[in-house]
Amino acid sequence: MKITVMLFARYREAAGRPALEVEAPEGATLQGIWEQVRTAVPALADERRPLFACDRAYARPERVVTGGEEIAAFPPVSGG
Amino acid sequence: MALHRLVDGPLDLQEALRAVAGPDRGAVATFSGTARDHHAGRPVLRLEYQAYAAMAEETFRTIGAEVAERFATPHLAILHRTGTVPIGEASVIIAVAAPHRREALAACAYAIDRLKETAPIWKKEVYADGAVWIEGPRARPAG
Repeated sequence: MKITVMLFARYREAAGRPALEVEAPEGATLQGIWEQVRTAVPALADERRPLFACDRAYARPERVVTGGEEIAAFPPVSGG
Repeated sequence: MALHRLVDGPLDLQEALRAVAGPDRGAVATFSGTARDHHAGRPVLRLEYQAYAAMAEETFRTIGAEVAERFATPHLAILHRTGTVPIGEASVIIAVAAPHRREALAACAYAIDRLKETAPIWKKEVYADGAVWIEGPRARPAG
């Protein structure tokens, strides 16, 4: 299944784009999808533990993705 | 009334006050976070904020629900600026109205703390010779 991962802040700048599409197997977790992002974007290779959001809520790395969710990965937040 | 919004331009404190004030509320507490001209001794020229807008607005709604439950007032305004914020201008404004000052002050402090912990918004400091994305503590927000 094709999964689009939205990127923010430093990750977006490192990737040079706001989102990335990866091909993930059925049963893939957020962390598994992120490993594909890291492989596809060498500038993100050192980012082993991003924060994840699934459908606009924080989600754990082991969360299984079924496709169709809104997925985002980003560094620790710094608003305010 | 509640007001939660990301704004790509100057924030209006009066708008936040108008959104929360009312005749049954004897206290309005506000917090303004403003762009500071230095960080760790290094001059900062301006700040730039990026938000995951849809999720940030969800986060603001959640904070509003938490404030309503903990402090028994639904009257919370959150305005957060995105894009470039010049030095001295507000990047965030919180306003809370409640019948009495203790709840209003405590709710205001709670709301800005929760915003900083959970809202998917990032700050970039721009210096004369470069720029750095600031990142908060690595603690993973509940979820």
